[in-house]
Amino acid sequence: MPTHTFILNGKQVSVEAEDDVRLLWVLRDLLGVTGPKYGCGLGVCKACTSHINGKAFNPCSVPVSDIKPSDEITTIEGLAASVGQELHPMQEAWLDVDVAQCGYCQPGQIMEAVSLVNETRAAGREITDADLDGIRNVCRCGTYPRIRQAIQQGAAKM
Amino acid sequence: MVGYLLAAPTVVAAARFGIGPEQAKAAGIPTVQPVDHYDLSDILTEAALPTMGLLTVTVNPDGSASFELPRAEVGQGITTATAMTIADEMSLPVDKVHVTLADARPELVWNQLTGGSNSMHALYHPLRVAAAIARGALVDAAAEELNVLASQLSLDGGVITAPDGRKLSYADLAHKAAASKTTKVTPQLKPASAQSVVGSEQRRVDALAAVTGKKPFAMDLQVPDALPTMLCRPPTINGRAVRVNNLDAVRAMPGVTDVAVVEHNQFVQGGVAVRARTFGQCIDAVRALDVEWAPGPVDGKSADDVLADLKKNELPLTPKLPGTTLDQRFTFHFRPGDALETNCAVADVRDGSAEIWSSLKSPIWAQEQIALSLGIPLDKTVVHVVEGGGSFGRHLFCDAAFEAAWISKQLGKPVKLMWHRTDNFRHGRVHPMATSRVRVTHLGGNVLSFDQRHTSVATDFTQGIGDLLTSMDQSLPKQNSLQFSQTVFTLTANVPYNFGSVTQLLNEIYDFNTFNTSSVRNVYSPNVTTAIELMVDALAGSMGKDPLALRKEFVRDDRLAAVLDKAASVANWGRPMPAGTAQGVAIHKEYKGASACIAEIDCRPQTVNRKVRDAYTGPRVTKVVFVVDVGLPINPLGLKAQMMGGIMDGLAQVLSYGLHLEKGAYLEGSWDNAFYTRQWNVPPEVDVIVMPPTTGEPGGAGEFGVGTSMAAVACAYGRATGKMPTSFPINHDGPLGFEPLPTVPPIPQSPTGGLDEVR
Repeated sequence: MPTHTFILNGKQVSVEAEDDVRLLWVLRDLLGVTGPKYGCGLGVCKACTSHINGKAFNPCSVPVSDIKPSDEITTIEGLAASVGQELHPMQEAWLDVDVAQCGYCQPGQIMEAVSLVNETRAAGREITDADLDGIRNVCRCGTYPRIRQAIQQGAAKM
Repeated sequence: MVGYLLAAPTVVAAARFGIGPEQAKAAGIPTVQPVDHYDLSDILTEAALPTMGLLTVTVNPDGSASFELPRAEVGQGITTATAMTIADEMSLPVDKVHVTLADARPELVWNQLTGGSNSMHALYHPLRVAAAIARGALVDAAAEELNVLASQLSLDGGVITAPDGRKLSYADLAHKAAASKTTKVTPQLKPASAQSVVGSEQRRVDALAAVTGKKPFAMDLQVPDALPTMLCRPPTINGRAVRVNNLDAVRAMPGVTDVAVVEHNQFVQGGVAVRARTFGQCIDAVRALDVEWAPGPVDGKSADDVLADLKKNELPLTPKLPGTTLDQRFTFHFRPGDALETNCAVADVRDGSAEIWSSLKSPIWAQEQIALSLGIPLDKTVVHVVEGGGSFGRHLFCDAAFEAAWISKQLGKPVKLMWHRTDNFRHGRVHPMATSRVRVTHLGGNVLSFDQRHTSVATDFTQGIGDLLTSMDQSLPKQNSLQFSQTVFTLTANVPYNFGSVTQLLNEIYDFNTFNTSSVRNVYSPNVTTAIELMVDALAGSMGKDPLALRKEFVRDDRLAAVLDKAASVANWGRPMPAGTAQGVAIHKEYKGASACIAEIDCRPQTVNRKVRDAYTGPRVTKVVFVVDVGLPINPLGLKAQMMGGIMDGLAQVLSYGLHLEKGAYLEGSWDNAFYTRQWNVPPEVDVIVMPPTTGEPGGAGEFGVGTSMAAVACAYGRATGKMPTSFPINHDGPLGFEPLPTVPPIPQSPTGGLDEVR
């Protein structure tokens, strides 16, 4: 069985898995990193959203062999440390607005939000309602308005 | 109001409590319904009452308090509300009250069932009694230690202070206050004026765990050797696996440890179980299986066939009276009840014992049925209740726990069983398809009669609630319909207006297990209320009145009148709006509460056809004002969250969230097929207003937002388009908004192009 090496939440990890096992299952089932959630396994619900080299992606849709040894994978567990803090400003905003209901989609929502803010900043602009409308992450509890509010609040402190 | 101080190493207090009836009001041409005097909240609370004395608040040696909550937390916020209630009564900080979910405790009988938005209604007073007894014991011990009168002591933040400033913490007193024998106590509850936590906005107790990814759901648990397991499911609803033609080949696939046919029976749908090192390899193995299937009970049936069966079984309406009569039939298609976390459970069934972990709202029933079906004694069947990633009624049933237990026993190995999303949509429990016929007659400015005949595919209530409602053997013919469905319907359906003679009757078709159904969030009320409120709008048109004015004139409940007034003023009812946009108003009473909703919708072509990448758009609800009076709001912040979630359900159920039944299978198989609300359909303005306490008794929250908002959005749509909608969701009969996934293999291949969509 091939060995795959990459950087996970700041640490180099090696894991044995067949090449075509999707990264989500390598993280969850083999490495015990359970922040990224399964919501569809089809790249639709975005509950597993994490970062690769600082940008949002969905590990349910990436065979582990596509990940290079130099790739930095950040899950919700590593988000705060990636900015050298106890909590990322987006997590702080999430707490302040009391966004979560069941909480299942929230790791993916927060990872998506951070990436969205970084992306719009890189483009030299602030987040618009159209950006928020374009977020695909499903929240079946329907806490969407608070997600929008928290993203704006978190963005202001990023 | 009494409770018990239990003999224990530290302070342990238990409660017992009775409740009083609620007042009903009638005026004008009076309408009276059974539900005015006794409703579902009453029956659930009274059923739970006899075993409240078995619930205990424990003071820990570190001065904190613990409570094992005999309910399921699935996002509705009851762990927070419970911690707040205990903290307030004990004068402890909320974070010093540790609330965990109790394992299945059969001795609690009807007091471990999470349904009907009943948890805080049933538990609020018993929790206060137990907490007050614990506080009383601590105060008495402090008085003795400090040699002062108990009445001279003051309490704050878990510290008791004497008039001279000497202090003792609950930690100092936990052992000293412990009772050596159990005694009956009549505790002094704090007056409402002394409550500082109940009624205040508190953030969820599990929020930090949720935002850091540390909140453990069932599939996050690390149970030794419980490997990922999935079922290969049939192409049609409740089909059966006959044989597998390539068992050996699939067993030899990478990572696969086991493949086995699971027979269909009363507990499990069955199929072919696959256990592997990762879920990804389970998915590959499920897809590789070559299975021969026997048909299910509804093969060949499509939505039109079910509609024809429903129409044939509609109970007759009251004959037409003199006056103007309006008649209408509304159709409500099947719709999903899916949580984001798919059905899942961990099970270890070996050596004559069973241990189960799952999000269960009826864990006693689950424990009993698992023990029964596996032939394992009840006391060797341990059932842990795990916090759930949503439920919306779904987890009253424990399909995944049954399957996990069954497969674990069959394989002789622990399993971590999870449903694929596509299976969840196609084989999971749905809100049953229904019609609602309404006939209303008015004459001389008054409404003489209002008849509603609701006809529904059977809603399965055989998950413990049925047991609660009757001790009859629930498997006897027609017991489900006669005993459970009729009771739930009669105890919830209501017409909140003085419309003279009002009748609301339910009829069901098919046996309870023909389709896989459950009491999806708010059960009958979303459909029943939507039909009522659309007819009230039609009535307003026929009588030449404004929809709000007519409601204000005929509403027969003061609390409803108050929330309606509030909503109208906040939403600025009647403000000028462009053609193709409109407001809609609705009210609804349930769960000991009153609610009003005013929704604004934009049905103009430029909005309906707006382009958001890969999105299904349609009409947009642009603003929602929702006013709720729950009697006593424990946590207004959490209550607002529940109403917000209900609004997202309600608007989706009007516009786009349904299932297409075609030849015994649902076409939907992903969140991009079943159009639940996504960000591009979220109303830009959502204003939830919580009314101040009215009754002093907490009503329900979890489901309460759905029916009212669904009805308001439907009414707004009717007013914006000039045509009353009569079939829901409104997109059901239009062009299919997606390409259906195949049914064989039952689940799609895992995608591979994720790195092309880095963003």
